Amino acid sequence: MLRPPLKDYRRESKILNNRLIVASIVIVILTLAVISRLFYLQIISYEHYATLSQENRVTLVPVPPQRGVIYDRNGVVLAQDAPSFSLEVTSDEVDDMDAMLKALGEVITLSEREVKRFRRELKQKRRFEAVPLRFNLDDEEMARFAVNRYRFPGVGVKARMVRHYPLGELGVHALGYVGRINEAELKKLDTNYSGTTHIGKLGIEKSYESILHGTVGVEQIETTARGDALRVLGHILPVAGKDIYLTLDINLQAVAEGALGGKRGAVVAINPKTGEILAFASMPNYDANLFVNGISYEDYDALQTSLDKPLVNRALQGQYPPGSTVKPFYALAGLEYNKIKPNDTVSCRGFFQLPGVAHRYRDWKKEGHGSVNLDTAVAQSCDVYFYTLAQSLGIDAMATFMGQFGLGKKTGIDIPGEMSGAMPSSAWKRKMFNQPWYGGETLIAGIGQGYVLTTPLQLAAITATLANNGVQMQPHLLRGTHELGSPTMTAKVPEISQRVPVVNDENWRAAINAMVSVVHSPRGTAYGMGARSPYKIAGKTGTAQVVGIKQGERYKESETPERFRDHALFVAFAPVEDPQIAVAVLVENGGHGSSAAAPVARTLMDYYLRDSYPSSRDGQTGSAGIRSPVVTPTPAVPALPATTAPGSSL
Amino acid sequence: MMQKGTHAYPTPNGPGFWFKLMQRIHVDIPLLSGLLLLSLAGLVILYSAGGQSMDVLGRQLVRLGLAFTVMMVLAQIHPQHLQRWAPLLFSAGVALLVAVLLVGDIGKGAQRWLEFGAFRFQPSEIMRIAVPMMVAWYFAERNLPPHPLRLLVGAALTVVPAAMIAKQPDLGTALLITSSGIFVLFLAGMRWAHIAVVGGIVAGLVPIAWSMMHDYQRQRVLTFLNPESDPLGSGYHIIQSKIAIGSGGLYGKGWLNGTQSYLEFIPERSTDFIFAVLSEEFGLMGIIVVLLIYLFIVMRGLYIASQAHDTFTRLFAGSLILSFSVYIFVNIGMVTALLPVVGVPLPLISYGGTSMVTMMAAFGILMSIHTHRKLVPT
Repeated sequence: MLRPPLKDYRRESKILNNRLIVASIVIVILTLAVISRLFYLQIISYEHYATLSQENRVTLVPVPPQRGVIYDRNGVVLAQDAPSFSLEVTSDEVDDMDAMLKALGEVITLSEREVKRFRRELKQKRRFEAVPLRFNLDDEEMARFAVNRYRFPGVGVKARMVRHYPLGELGVHALGYVGRINEAELKKLDTNYSGTTHIGKLGIEKSYESILHGTVGVEQIETTARGDALRVLGHILPVAGKDIYLTLDINLQAVAEGALGGKRGAVVAINPKTGEILAFASMPNYDANLFVNGISYEDYDALQTSLDKPLVNRALQGQYPPGSTVKPFYALAGLEYNKIKPNDTVSCRGFFQLPGVAHRYRDWKKEGHGSVNLDTAVAQSCDVYFYTLAQSLGIDAMATFMGQFGLGKKTGIDIPGEMSGAMPSSAWKRKMFNQPWYGGETLIAGIGQGYVLTTPLQLAAITATLANNGVQMQPHLLRGTHELGSPTMTAKVPEISQRVPVVNDENWRAAINAMVSVVHSPRGTAYGMGARSPYKIAGKTGTAQVVGIKQGERYKESETPERFRDHALFVAFAPVEDPQIAVAVLVENGGHGSSAAAPVARTLMDYYLRDSYPSSRDGQTGSAGIRSPVVTPTPAVPALPATTAPGSSL
Repeated sequence: MMQKGTHAYPTPNGPGFWFKLMQRIHVDIPLLSGLLLLSLAGLVILYSAGGQSMDVLGRQLVRLGLAFTVMMVLAQIHPQHLQRWAPLLFSAGVALLVAVLLVGDIGKGAQRWLEFGAFRFQPSEIMRIAVPMMVAWYFAERNLPPHPLRLLVGAALTVVPAAMIAKQPDLGTALLITSSGIFVLFLAGMRWAHIAVVGGIVAGLVPIAWSMMHDYQRQRVLTFLNPESDPLGSGYHIIQSKIAIGSGGLYGKGWLNGTQSYLEFIPERSTDFIFAVLSEEFGLMGIIVVLLIYLFIVMRGLYIASQAHDTFTRLFAGSLILSFSVYIFVNIGMVTALLPVVGVPLPLISYGGTSMVTMMAAFGILMSIHTHRKLVPT
C-alpha cells in the first residue's frame, strides 16, 4: 500500500467515528421530521384529505325526474314524456370521422345543419363523451340503423325521455310547451335541475313547472382519474313530478277550436259556479311539439311572420273593445245605482245629442228603435238607450261598477302573460294621458267602445260572475294534482276572487232576463242562435269597430276589406235557471256578433250540455270527437290589438 | 438452525457453523436480513401498486434476483482490489459520460443511455459508486483532516462528473452523486467552518443554477414551491400524492384498497410515487414499519463503516450508506411535497430501474468491507 508514513490512525479513526455519530443523529432527526410530516398529513389533516379522496373517487351523476303528465278533466293525455331515440357518437371509438359521417349519411339522412352542430359540439366535449348527432329517429330510421350498426363502431342509439304533446296544436294556448333550458334560465335554477334539459316555457307547463318537474335523483358513480365510470356505489331515486289534471274538457276545446272555422279569434268557456275554465281557445294555434327540441329556423320564421299571428294568445292577451256585450252590465249598474227602473222608457230616434252639442251619436239602426225599455234596449242593443244611461250614470260610477266585475284588471288565471285590459274613469284618463274626461267619451264608453278594452278571458269571467249572482269564482285551469302511486287526485278547491255587492236581486233578474230576450225574443239580436234550443240561454252580441267611420258615413261590411271589418263578439251563459257554462266568443273581423260569434257559443253550449239536454242540435256539433281546427293563413293586415274610433255598435 | 445433534463436536449444525459459513461467503447477516425484509415489503406494495399484475411482480423478482447476485459477487471482491481499481473505474466512467454527451441516445427527451447492441447502459449509474470510491481513494492516501486545497481536489472529482450528468440532463442523479462526494469530504473531517463557507457559496450559486436550468426543471421547482398554482398541470401529481397519503390516515385503507391508487389518481404509482401507495393503503403505521427497516439498514451500514479497518473502506462505506439514506429522504420528501419532484425512486421498493442494481452493488461492497476484515478469533 502507498500509505505515507506520518498518518495518525487513531486520530483519523476518532474523526471518522465522530462524523458517523453526527450523521446518525442527522438521520434520526430527518426520520422524525418525515414522520411528523406524515403525522400532519395523515392524522391532523386526515379529514381534509379523506374528503378530497372521496370527491376524487365519486362522481355524482344527477338522474332527472320524469315530468308529470298533463291530463284534461276527463283524463285525456295532453302532455307526457315519451321515449325518443337519438344517434350518439363517441369520437374515441371512431377511426375516421369524415368517412363515418359519409357512410352514415347513406343509411340515415343527415342534414348539413345537423352535421355542423355535431362537429361544433364535438370540439367542446372530451373524446370519450358521447355527442348526439341526430334526434328523433323514427321507426324506419331505427330499423335501417340497426341493420347497419356493425359498420359504425362508436355510434349508438340512445333513448331519452322527451316531452310529447299527442294532440299537437289542440289547446296549446292554455297548455304551453317545454323547451331547452336557456342561459338565462340556467342562472336562476338550483341543483334540482342539474339533470334536467327542458323547462316549461309557456302556459300550464310554465306556471306549474314546480309541480310537474319533480325532484332530481343522484347516482354515485366511482370513476377513474380519466373519468371512466367503474360502478354504481349508490343512488337516490328521483321523485317523478306530479301529474296535473286541467279543468279543460279537451273535446269541448276541440269543438271550440273547430267552431271558429279557421277564422282568427278566441273562445273561453267557464263554469260560473267554480271558475273552472272548460275551453280556452285562441286561433290560429300551432304545434307545441315544434318547440320541444328547439324549433327550426324555418318553422319559427313561418310562425313569427304569419299575418294571422298564431303565436299570440288572443284569449289571454288580445285586448278588444267589448262593444255591446257590456250593455247588460251597464243596465244592471243603472238599476243598482237607482238611475233607472226596468220599465222606464227611452225614445230612440236613431241618434243621441249632448245638450248644446251638434254632434250626433248614432244608433246602429238609422231609423231608431222607437220607445224602448231596459229589456228591449238590451235585446235590440239600442245604442241611444245606453247613451242616455251612460250620461245619467257618469263615467266614474260606470268604472266603479265594472271594476267590481274585474274589468281593467287581470283575472288572475293560472297561466302567465295575461293582459289587464282597460276600464276608463276620469282619474284613469288623467293618470294615463294627463287629460280631462270629456262628456262624449262617457257615451262611447257606454256602448263598450273607446277606451274600454277587454280580453276574451275577462268577458267570459264577467259573464260567469253575472250568472253566479255577483260571486266571481277565480278562473283557473288547474283542476287537481295527482302524485304517483296515490289512488286519488288532490283537487284544487275553487276560490272566490271577488264579489259584486247585490243591492236588489230583482235588478239582477231583470238584467239577465234582458239577455234571455237577446236570444229568445223574436226581436232579439241573437234570435236565430237561440232557435229550437232545449235550454234557456242568456246572451249578448257585440261588435267592435276596427276602423272609425266618419260622420255621415255608414259602415258596410261587404265593401270593407276583411282585415278592416268589425270584430264579432258574443257572451252568453246557460241554462239560465242553473248556469253551468259561461262563454265569450271573439271572431276577429268576423262582422256581426249575431252571425259570426253567437253560433260558435251555441255549438259549444250544445256540446257541453248534451247530457242534460239530449234533444239539442247534436247533428250540428257532431259527436264532438277531437277535431283539429284548420289553420288557413290569409295575407292581410295584422288585426291585433284592435283599436277603434268611436262609432256605432251592435 | 439450532438442533440437538446426535453427532459429537464439531458438527455442521453447531452454533459457530453458520456464522463461519456466512463469513466465508462474505455475507453480513443483519444487512442481508434487512434487505430481504425490505424487498419483501416492497413486493407486497408493488403487487398493489402495479394493479395486481403478476407480470410486474415477476419482472421485479427477476430484477431483485439480478441485484442480489451482483451484491453477492461484489461481496467477494476484496476492498483492496476496489481501492486499486478506483482511478481506473472513475476514468472509465468519465469517458462513458463524455460518450453519452457526444453520441448519447435520445431517450425521454434526455441523453442518458449508451447502447451496446441490445443492451442499454446508463453510465451515470457507475458514477454513483465510482465517485465516492475515487474521492475516498484520494483521501485514503492523505493525512486527515485534509488540507483545504485537498478538499478542492476532492470537490473537483465530485463536481466534474456531476456537472456532466446534470447536462444530460439528469438533475436528480447529479445532485445525489454530488452528495456522495460531499459525504466523503465530510467523513474525512472537513472542518465545520469550511462546511459553512461551502454552504454559503452554494446558496450564492442557486440563482446561477436557476439560469442554467431547463424549462421542465424550473417548472418542477416552481410547482414544488406552490403546487396549487397549477392543479391540473404540473401541480396535479403532487396534490394527488398528498391526497393519497393524507387519506390513508393512521391505519390506511387496507391492502389493495387504495382508491387514489386504483383509480389512477397517483402518478407513477409503481415507480417514483410508490410511497404514496404505501401511505394510502397501510397508513402511518405501515410507513413507520418500513421506515424502521430502512433505519435498521442505515444504522447497520454506519456501524460497518465505523468498524472498517482502513481509511479508504471507512470513507467509502460511510459515503455509500449515507447516499442510500439520501435516496430514502429525497424520495419521501418529494412524495410528501417537502422537496421538488426530482425523479428519485424509493430504494428497493420502487418498480424497476438500473438504480436497484447499483444500490445492491453498494451493499455488496459494504458486506465485502465488513467480512474481509482481519477477524480476531474468539
